[in-house]
Amino acid sequence: MPKPAEQKQIQQYPNLREIYIALIRNYPSYKKYQSDYETFVSQINRSDPKWLRDTRSRAATRFQELGFPTANHGNERWKYTSVAPIAHSIFKYKPSTDTDEINLDDIRHSTPHDKEWTKLVFADGCYRQDLSHIHQNGTTIVSLSSCLKDPESRILKTHLARYADFEGDGFTALNTAFLTDGAFIYVPDGIESTRPIHLVFLSTGQSQHTASYPRALIMTGRNSKLTIIESYVGLTDNPGLTNTVVEIAAGENSKIEHYRLLAESAESFHIGTTRVNLSRDSFFSSISISRGAKLARNDLNVILGAPGSGCTIKGLYITSDSQHIDNHIDIDHATPHTSSDQYFKGVLTDQSRAVFSGRVLMRKNAQKSNASQKDLNLLLSDKARVNTKPSMEIYADDVQAVHGATAGAVAEDALMYMRSRGIDKHTAMSLLVNGFTSEIIDEIKPAYLRGFVGKMFSAKGNINHI
Amino acid sequence: MLEIRNLQVSISTTEILKGINLNVQKGEVHAVMGPNGSGKSTLANVLAGRPEYEVTHGAALFEGQDLLGMTPDERARRGIFLAFQYPVELPGVRNRQFLKAALDSVREHRGEDELSVRDFNKIFDEAVQSLEIDPELIKRSVNEGFSGGEKKRSEMLQLSLLNPKLALLDETDSGLDIDALKTISKGINRHRNKHNAILLITHYQRILNYITPNQVHVLIDGSIAMSGGEELAKELEAKGYDWVKEDIRS
Repeated sequence: MPKPAEQKQIQQYPNLREIYIALIRNYPSYKKYQSDYETFVSQINRSDPKWLRDTRSRAATRFQELGFPTANHGNERWKYTSVAPIAHSIFKYKPSTDTDEINLDDIRHSTPHDKEWTKLVFADGCYRQDLSHIHQNGTTIVSLSSCLKDPESRILKTHLARYADFEGDGFTALNTAFLTDGAFIYVPDGIESTRPIHLVFLSTGQSQHTASYPRALIMTGRNSKLTIIESYVGLTDNPGLTNTVVEIAAGENSKIEHYRLLAESAESFHIGTTRVNLSRDSFFSSISISRGAKLARNDLNVILGAPGSGCTIKGLYITSDSQHIDNHIDIDHATPHTSSDQYFKGVLTDQSRAVFSGRVLMRKNAQKSNASQKDLNLLLSDKARVNTKPSMEIYADDVQAVHGATAGAVAEDALMYMRSRGIDKHTAMSLLVNGFTSEIIDEIKPAYLRGFVGKMFSAKGNINHI
Repeated sequence: MLEIRNLQVSISTTEILKGINLNVQKGEVHAVMGPNGSGKSTLANVLAGRPEYEVTHGAALFEGQDLLGMTPDERARRGIFLAFQYPVELPGVRNRQFLKAALDSVREHRGEDELSVRDFNKIFDEAVQSLEIDPELIKRSVNEGFSGGEKKRSEMLQLSLLNPKLALLDETDSGLDIDALKTISKGINRHRNKHNAILLITHYQRILNYITPNQVHVLIDGSIAMSGGEELAKELEAKGYDWVKEDIRS
């Protein structure tokens, strides 16, 4: 359905109607998602609270209106990434059940693991208690499916779908329409949760073209601390779609350390939406490591909603073959005395493509704030391509802001220098590439995660293509 | 050890070396001096195998083998070492990691066992100490954020660990203050023995106060204009390079 404003335009300009119909025809899968949704709604527990059913229904309707995003009409947010491969296929929601067999060794092999961590495992978006392990330490760590059924779940009613707005975003609307499971984490006031909490989202690929809609709501109370790791891991090469939404709300003076590991299979599609809202003096630090998926979007939006709040957003993406990885970061400096620091690095081989884009908005009242945005790329093949577009919109006059981006090949003089010490070209290349990536990897604090990521990249042989 | 015959080298069609003949024997130190643009650095770089130079004529033999057909890393494994005039920064590549990789490949070529991390650390720390290098500094990435003098010390550290047969020192003394020059000269003298050779390329006579060469060559406009003993360097210092040029003309 066109929006009312569009309907009016269509009436005024008959040609626009034709264009609209052509657009819809381009993406015929919309309607299929509607029937998928109707099946889903008819199957799930009718005892779900009304607010949840209403939210899903509004989101489903909104998705029908919005559809999948396109780069049309000057949509800067999707300028360099076409989701046509997703829109042209049909991915069906197929929740996995407790009885679906998943090999524990597969999980151990493909995800970082430390027995000290709390681990919540989700198979195609559904919580698997049998594969999970929770260390209780004063923190609420539960699956959404278990607490959504509780009619008293007022905290969810208030906060779920509050930070990730589905009105303006098709993928978020689609995720919300299928909202049924995921993780809910709440760190109460004054609790410093020292053990990392690891959310493992497995794409089982047990059937072709499965869509999963993982969801997480993460909240911290006043003066609290939390370390959270999200891993998205594909267990088979079957193509699938993971459309995930994570909402994070940091309480006053709390600190959240966040890691995001993307290791989906080479044929899969991944749309990750993270929405972060920061209170006074809270701090959010995030490192995303993106390796897997044929087409991936890491869409992160941080609202520095109160004075003293800040964030550092770091990321590393390594692409090969015909992969396409898009990091889109929006930072909203909505108040004075806020800080943001973005630092991304990419290594591209073959004919792969990466996108780094985003916007730092420094509103008129964001005085005495500072922001930086940097994206550095190493292109290891003539055919690899990166679109990097850091941008800042500054309306305050007393702020510090810097941004920059580079893309280039491995420096010949560095290569020659290493070879003049007896190191062969291949080893020299890998030392240089590891040197480039280590700046981000070394920042990962949990040792097992840092080790896993380090191994993942050195074993991948990213430089074998040269 | 090194035999250069009528070596002619161009860089993007400009002829830089116009027929160099040079013989360096085991146990010798040869100083190559000359004004800016005379081709001194080109000589060192072409022997190390930098790809931007084109050899148009002549030959260079190292221990009787054709050097010019080898890749830069093969030359290094066989025992050639170029101390860079402007050492390159390697962001994210740590000194220990870099030198261990280099030493492993050199030792493998010599048929020696790979050093254990412990043994490597021992010789690394000893070399760091004797070259008076700040141990904190050397924990960083190779040459990253080093001052000019620190970079030259780091080159000497690599030299002393890799222990090459032939060291090509490309203006290692440039930009050093007198104390740094003394330390570095000490390092070079410690390395020097009757089994190895050094080609010391310099613009100034100053370093030859600390390192006594067996021979001094004066390179002018791509050719060796004059060769002699250590006294030639002192004469050059007193009279300048113009004197050699006039001498050739007459």
